[in-house]
Order: sequence, then C-alpha cells, then structure tokens
Amino acid sequence: MEIKLKLNGRNITASVESDTVLLDFLREKGCLSVKRGCDTSNCGLCTVLMDGKPVLSCSALAVRADGHEIYTLEGLQEEASDFVGFIADQGADQCGFCNPGFVMNTIALLRENPDPTDDEIRAFLAGNLCRCSGYDGQLRGIRNYLNSKKG
Amino acid sequence: MVTIQKYVRAQSLEEAYTLNQNKKNRIIGGMLWTRLGRGSVGTAIDLCDLGLDRIEETEEEFSIGAMVTLRDIEVHEGLNAYAGHAVADAVKDIVGVQFRNMATVGGSIWGRFGFSDVLTVFLALDSYVELYRGGIVPLEEFANMKPDRDILVRLIVKKTPCRIIYSSVRNQRTDFPVLSCAVSHMNGEYRASIGARPGRAVLLRRESADDFPEFAAENVPVGGNMRGSAAYRTHLIKVLTERSLQGLRGE
Amino acid sequence: MEHKEYKSINKSVRKKDSMQLLLGKPVYTDDVSPKDALIVKILRSPHANAIVEEINTDIAKKVPGVVAVYTWEDVPKTRFAIAGQTFPEPSPYDRLILDRHVRFAGDAVAIVAAETEKAAVKAMNLIKVKYQVLEAVLDFRTAKDNPVLVHPEDDWFPPCEVGGDPKRNMVASADETHGDVEGILSECDIVLERTYHTKAYNQAMMEPFTAYAEFDRYGRLHLISSTQIVFHTRRILSRALGIPKSKIRVEKPRIGGGFGAKQTAVCDVYPAFVAMKTGRPAQIIYTREESQIAGSPRHEMEITVRMGAMNDGTIRVMDLYTLSNTGAYGEHGPTTVGLSGHKAIPLYTGSLEAFRFHYDVVYTNHQAAGAYRGYGATQGIFAVESIVNELAEKIGMDASVIRDRNMLKEGMVMPAYYNEIANSCALDRCMEHCRQLFNWEERSKVRDMGNGKVRTAGVAMAMQGSCISNIDVGSATLKLSEDGTYNLIIGAADMGTGCDTILAQMAAELMDCDVDDIAVFGADTDVSPYDSGSYASSTTYITGQAVVKACNELKKNICAIASEMLGCAEEEVEFAGTCVRHPGTGQTVSLTDIAYKAQVGNTIAAESTATHSSPVSPPPYMVGMVEIELDKLTGEVKVLDYTAVVDCGIPINPALARIQTEGGIVQGIGHTLMENVTYDGRGKPMESSFMQYKLPTRLDVGNLTVEFEHTYEPTGPFGAKSIGEIVINTPAPAIAHAIRRATGVWHRTLPITPENIAMSVSED
Repeated sequence: MEIKLKLNGRNITASVESDTVLLDFLREKGCLSVKRGCDTSNCGLCTVLMDGKPVLSCSALAVRADGHEIYTLEGLQEEASDFVGFIADQGADQCGFCNPGFVMNTIALLRENPDPTDDEIRAFLAGNLCRCSGYDGQLRGIRNYLNSKKG
Repeated sequence: MVTIQKYVRAQSLEEAYTLNQNKKNRIIGGMLWTRLGRGSVGTAIDLCDLGLDRIEETEEEFSIGAMVTLRDIEVHEGLNAYAGHAVADAVKDIVGVQFRNMATVGGSIWGRFGFSDVLTVFLALDSYVELYRGGIVPLEEFANMKPDRDILVRLIVKKTPCRIIYSSVRNQRTDFPVLSCAVSHMNGEYRASIGARPGRAVLLRRESADDFPEFAAENVPVGGNMRGSAAYRTHLIKVLTERSLQGLRGE
Repeated sequence: MEHKEYKSINKSVRKKDSMQLLLGKPVYTDDVSPKDALIVKILRSPHANAIVEEINTDIAKKVPGVVAVYTWEDVPKTRFAIAGQTFPEPSPYDRLILDRHVRFAGDAVAIVAAETEKAAVKAMNLIKVKYQVLEAVLDFRTAKDNPVLVHPEDDWFPPCEVGGDPKRNMVASADETHGDVEGILSECDIVLERTYHTKAYNQAMMEPFTAYAEFDRYGRLHLISSTQIVFHTRRILSRALGIPKSKIRVEKPRIGGGFGAKQTAVCDVYPAFVAMKTGRPAQIIYTREESQIAGSPRHEMEITVRMGAMNDGTIRVMDLYTLSNTGAYGEHGPTTVGLSGHKAIPLYTGSLEAFRFHYDVVYTNHQAAGAYRGYGATQGIFAVESIVNELAEKIGMDASVIRDRNMLKEGMVMPAYYNEIANSCALDRCMEHCRQLFNWEERSKVRDMGNGKVRTAGVAMAMQGSCISNIDVGSATLKLSEDGTYNLIIGAADMGTGCDTILAQMAAELMDCDVDDIAVFGADTDVSPYDSGSYASSTTYITGQAVVKACNELKKNICAIASEMLGCAEEEVEFAGTCVRHPGTGQTVSLTDIAYKAQVGNTIAAESTATHSSPVSPPPYMVGMVEIELDKLTGEVKVLDYTAVVDCGIPINPALARIQTEGGIVQGIGHTLMENVTYDGRGKPMESSFMQYKLPTRLDVGNLTVEFEHTYEPTGPFGAKSIGEIVINTPAPAIAHAIRRATGVWHRTLPITPENIAMSVSED
C-alpha cells in the first residue's frame, strides 16, 4: 500500500507491503544507520524517532509511519555532532554497531531532559545494549558533554 | 516473523469489530508480541485513528485508552500520584523506553500474558476493562475470560482510596520478571496480585495482613520455567508479599 | 621500567573511525554490499543428531524468486575446519559445507538462494526432509567412549596430532606433569579438591555473522566479510570450495564486534558457494537466533582442581583436570583447553613446587564451540581463583594476603607456562594498588544493611598471553605519500577495539608526525601484508612490533633517497620527522621533496613491509575486586563497584585500554550472574534469542574503576603487552567469592542466579 511520511525532514511517498517493518523500509531508503541486532525487540540498535519519540523500527510496521514524521541519524547529524565527540574521546564508540541506536535514544533523552542525572541517563538508555564498552565510557562521554555546556 | 496480507486503520470501533470477527484477522497493538508469531494474519486492524491513545482523568477515575503506551502510564503524573508510583514501578523495567513507547496498555491487558507486569499492577487496583460488545467488566473477571473476538476499548481505574506497592524479581534488570507482586490496601481489604507465576496474574484478598504472606505462598499456584522453579516462586511470593505489607505499614 | 616522554604513545587518541561510527555512516558488511545480491538462507536441523534420509526441494525451487536450493548431494566432499588458525590447524577437518549427518540442532541441512528474503524463507518452509533421528550425546560428562559417535565418518582428518580419536568422541587429550605431584600432596597440611563448571557463553557481538560474495572484474571470488581473519578465511574457502587461493580475495570492512566469534569462518562458505554456483552476488546475514545457536561460542568446561597447601598459606602443588565440550565440531577445541591450565596455574609460580595439568576435549551434539575472549583461560581462572579463595577461608587468611604470599613475581621462570620468564610483571603492585584503591580492608567485611541485605566483597587475579608464541605472524606496510604523510596497511582486523589507531600511534611516534598523518587501511588479502589476524590478544604486541620494524626500515629508505639528493653517503644523514638532515653541513631535504623524488627515476622504495613473530608471549596481569549488595531473601545480587588494576605493560592508548577493561568486566559480570546456556531434553538450545539470553544492561552494572600499573615489556612495542582478553577473567571468581562471604555458600557452577542464591542452604 502507499504511504506518505516525512523522512528526515523530506516528504516522501512510497509503496510498501503490509508486513514490511520500518527498519527494512528505512534501510531500503538509504538510511543505513538503522541497524538490526536482534529479532525480538531487545537490543535498541534500530532506534529511530517517530514524531519525536524513540521507537524500535524493527517492531514498527512501515505502514504505521503513514502520516507521521520519522528521523534517523542521517537526519540528525548536527544534533548528534554536538555530543558524540565526547563519547569518541572516551573511546567508547568501540565497534560502533550499537552507536546509531544509542545516539538516537540519547538525543531523545536530552530533548526530554536536558540536564539528566547519571541514574536518569542509565534508566533512559537501558534498552540500548552494548557488548563492547561496558557502558561506563558512554556515560562519561555524556556527562562530559553536559558539564561542557555548563561551562 | 508473522506475515500480514492487509493493513487497515479502522475508522470506527464497529468497523474494527466487524473485521475482527474473521478469525484470520487480528487487532494490533504495539506489534511487539504479534510480530514474533510465525503465522499469517489476513487483515491487521489498527485502532490508531480512534483516539484511544489518551488518558482521561476525572474526579472518579482514570480512563486509559487501549492505544495508550506503557511509557504514557509510566510518566502520567495523576495516575502515579494516585497509585503511589506503583504503575511506574511496574513498567519501568520493561525492556527500554523505546519498547515502552510502542507497547500498548490494550495489547498488554488483552494478551493476559503470564509475564505481564501491567496486568499484575492493575489487578491490585480497582480496575475494569471496557469491551466494545461486552461492556464494562472488572479486570479480575476479564483476566479469567477466554480470549474471544471482542475489542478492548479502554482500561478504567477507579480512584478508590488505596495504597499500593509494586515489586518484582528479575534475573536481569530488563528481563521478564521471575515473579511480580502488587500488594494494595483498599476498602479495608488487602489485595495481593501475583504475576509471572509463570502463568497470568492472580488476585488474592484478605481482611488481615497477619498471615497473608503464608496464605499467598500456599494458595497461589506456581510452575517452573527457564527463569525459575516453582519452589523459588513460592518462596518469592512470601518474601515479596511480606515486604510489601511492611511497606504499606510504613516500616 | 623505562620512562619516556612520548608524543603519541600512552596518549588517549580518538579512534580513527570514531566519528564515522558515532554518526552512523554505512561502514559494515551489509551497508557496503550491493542491494541486488541473492539472499542466502540456511535450513537448519531441528534434531541434535540425525541422518538426512530424504530431502525433496522440488516445491521449494518453484517458489517465485528462488534461484537455487542446495543439499548435501551438491557440495564438495572434502572435509575442512572453519577455525581461524595458522596452518596446519590443531582443529580437525570434520566439516562439509552440507553434511548428510547433522550433528546439532541448528546444523545446516540445505542452502537456499533467492531474490528476496521472503522468497527464501518461504522456500525453506517448503523443503521436505525425512530424518533418521539418532540418539544424541547431550551431556559432555558422558561423551568419552559413549557408544553414540558424533563423528563416525572415516574421512575425519587431524592436521595436527593432538590426542584426538573420533571413535571415542575425543578431539584432544594430554597429560603434563612437573615435579612430584602426589608426593608433595601427601606432605601438605591441607588438600582441597573442587569441581567448577562454566557454560558455553555466546559472544553476542551486536553485528551478527555476515558475509557477501561476488565475482570481481578479474573473475575472482571476492568475499566481503565481518571477520577477524581475512587470510585464514581465504585458506578455508580455498579448501572447502576446491579453488586456488589466487582466485579468492577476502576483505573486511568495519566489524560490529567479534570477541573471537569471528575468528571462525562461521558463515562465509555459504554465500561463497552460492556465488560460485550461480555466478551471482550472494549475501548472508545470520539472524540473532542463528548467531546464538549456530555460531562459535565458548567451550563449556568442567574443571577439577586439587590444591595442596600448608597451614601458613603456602600453596605447594596443583593438579588440574579439564573436561572441555567442543560440541558437534572441533573448532578451537584442542587449543582453548590448553589455556585452562597454562594461563591459570602460573599465577602461583611464586610457591608452586609441582603441578599436573591434564585434559580431555570431547565431541557432543551441542552447538560447536569456538574462540571467545579469554579462550579457556577464563574457565581455568574461575576454577583456580575460586579454590584459592576457598583455601584462604579454610586456613583463616585474608584472600588478598594469601595471594601476596604465593603469586608470580617479576623475573621468575614459569614452569607451567612453557618455562617463559616473567620479564615484566606487576601482579604484586596490581594487588597492592587495588587493595588501596578499593579499600579492601573495610569493604571486604560482611556488613548487614538490614531487611535481608548484605554488603561484602570478593577478589581474584588473572593473566593471559600477548600472542601465540612461535606461531602468530603480524606484518605492516608503511608507505610515504607526496605530502609527507603515510599509509599504514595491515592485515590485522580492527573489530572495534581500536587497533588501527593504536598501530597508527606507534607509526606516528617513530615517524615523528601526527597520528592524523597516518592513514590506516585493513584488511584485504589482495592488499594487506600477511597477518594471522586479530586474535590471541596479539595485535598490539605482534603487529605493533611489525609496525616498529616497518617504520625503522622506511626511515632508512627515506634517508637513502635523501642522501642521493644531497650527494652524500647514507650514513651521514639522519631522519628528522618533516625532513632529512645532514648534521655536518646543516643541509635538509623536506619529506615532501623526498616523496616527489621517490617518484622520479628512483630505485629505492619509499615504502617498507616488515613482519614479526615472537618466541615468547608475555602475560598481562590483573587484579579485580568487587563489592556487591546481596539480598539474602530474594537472592538478587547488585554489583555496586568493580575495581580493577591492570598491568598491560605500557598502555599505548590509555582510554582504549580502559574501555577494553570495562567492557571485559561487564561481559564477565554477565557470565557470572545472568547469561546461561541450556538445552532441552532433546538437545534444542533454550537461550536462542536476546529475549532469553540476557546480556547485562547498563542497569545491571555498578561503578567501574580501572587503573593501570605500568611495566616495560622488553619484547613488546614501546613496552606494551596485551589487554583484549585478560579483562574478562576476574569477575566470575571475584563475584562468586563475594557471594560466598555474603551467604556462606560457594557456588561452583555458573551462572549464579538469584534462585541459586536464595534456595541454597549455607554449608556453615
């Protein structure tokens, strides 16, 4: 069926099957930052923003995006660039495969709560698995970014 | 993954109900559980256009639409003020924020899943479901009904004065619970809702708190699965119920 | 210990690919593969042990979009191994691309190639297979000499003699003794014997196994794979497919994590075979379920230790027996087991007078095991460190003090480690440093927090290696560019660890330039100089030393070109970073001019390739201390704080070394408390998804504190040793120790779940 949506700020029309998931649709559209890490909605790698809210694109039907606004990391490069360098400084990007989903959810967190505590960061990002970093470096990166904003 | 032939955004509950009478068709909620099936769905019926994504609060009750997400009830101030944060406590460890932005209250309740934290917490409150054809039914009664082709329209939580504590044990923080437990005191009565037995949550009532933990441990049927044995669950029922009662007493 | 001020070494430089990765650029196998490739899917056996009696693919082949379906009848009959190891591999050649005999639930039965995933999945469901279901070997304790044979075939072939015998379900076996073990045991005041059991944990790297194959413009097979071992994969494909190595090119893009999983060519042969048969590009992406049930996880081991000691805490003798479960195929079976003794027993070289280490590695009808960070050392260290904690308690000695008394110290010869000398060893300083940093004296006390909660702590130490001595080979090519910058080309595989950057730091230090002036490329069998690959903790240590050599040779060549330009002898000039200088005359030639000269009428290469291997494998060392809060009623354990002090020589990049340590600790916490691997009664794996196989989330981990004790390893580049693997070894024994202190129960089987804790009765 035909769907109309706003993808990374651009209005697009596309034809999709009823059971195409948003993740596959987005990769098809060239948004290759969106990764698949599991098949059971557990890893958070496929996180995108739907109407500003972080969702798992592996579990959302593409047809559900009809009439909505989707952002992937391709469309939020500038907003991400504000803080990801602090994570790079920790070496916490590591293999990088979880990074896009983690960065997208961090964007969602910081929009909702611009000055989170460490525990609030951990809670909000709990659905983003990372097997490399042990998580602490990601947290230090975000913390250093928040501190830098305060001067 | 499940295959879907057709997708329809129902424009009325009647349309959704009519479509849903065909056994090949299915109402979809957050799609998180439905997606994992291997079968085939004729028409996926989406209720997203029916305004069921709102929580309405009146003097007497909260009316929670079927399409309200778990994240919505987690952060709803009125609901959590009324329920002493128990609703947020019940859902905050379910996978992650992204998952809870998708999983719906309607899907969670309708599924009557054994692992459901959502069913567990609302059973301990003064809760009802509104079914399109079946009308308003106490949640406890609904939990024991066989799944049929009706539609869950909303969940209603009456503002009956109540104190409630939610707790669960998990092998890993965002995993399904090994056991979930909501204990409340309402209308001079203690209630204990025990979920993840691993079967669906059951509700016990008792006038006195004195021997409630032992009573619950003896009377809640439990089983074993990958996450825990029956004996461990019985042990946890006693521990969590006792701690919750202590909490209600303010100890 | 050597102290030097460096410009690029021991500096926390950002990884070269950081911003690409953090901004989600398309850099992984699936991102760089053309979209018109055939989708390859594998039909897998539902049975743990069965013979494919009949297989009918007629209907499946008729599904629109299906291009081919292959069965055991269609594949070459040459057995091979998929372990990424140096030839001749210790792993037996016991596989076919598709075998009529399927040996675990998940073993490959048929290969489907289709235009779309949907068509491939539909076709899989329409393949009709009739199995003769056989009895399966599902408990590795009963595998040896079991009448049911996992590999009854006659063409089973061991490239190396490692004590295997498929007619006894044995992949390897050995027995090694140093000193009079029984005699000393009889003299000891106290002898403990304990058995420990660890599971077949999944690496669970975020990017599943993935590979893409096509024929390139020369008509050669070109494989793009998420692999740690490009050269081994080329060799494996050559044997499996029966084509010469000159017809194969293997390349890796960025890798979404490996941890050893991708040291085995788990999925590469399938798309390569399809591309060969169809002449079309073909791609396979394992589902998470396939990665969980048909990957290359850790070897399940059961380790029995006998330890003899005196009442004053002197550990005199150790006898360690390991039973290792290699699963249905023998990849890495003969080698992982060795580390369970060789990387655990030497920790007590300080006092040990005798030891025995013996083992059996057996086939079962479980998923085949492979290489996972720690590679047997993790299992052995859980056993040895746990029994030392038990011993300390028995004789009433502090668990950190008993280690002071017995541990390996710098300069000692390690009889249990091939008689290597510990040239750089700060294990003693790590212990003291960690004790202070953690405040062991206070926090190791058992403290009742009320309401059933208890806080206390546990301790363990660890070692690993820095390569496979006398075997691993690393190489590096360094090329000068016209603007005075360099290209560094390697065959090692950066799988997220940052080795590209670390090697560039070494090159920058020696070429006296910025790290940004070194462009790194790797790895591609057509372009890279030979490297065994990134495993066995070896890249910093082995490939790093190759980089050092390549830099020194290139400097010589640069000086030679410059001396021609200056009309003087080569010995008269010196390399000075941005130029070459003649100290006698004060004349200089810029690097840019030299580079341009190198392109005109020049016969001296402005590049250099160097190769390194090491006769020794100097161990890094580590001490870990953990504080937990344990709920005695529910059995829940909260890790409050994990403090680690590591001796990895000189850390080339302290930020990356710290992240390695933190990441390893968290994987170790997962294995100890929540990750489990079980099979149902018919041999079907239970934890086949992330819904059931629970990785630690950021809520499951407390504070992590990591510090370093520097040593200078004389055989390592800039004094460096390894860091990648050792970091996973301390959590299990340290946490089990803390749990014992909190509850009075020693848990000797992992994982230790809340139920195990709550339902155990104190032995006291």
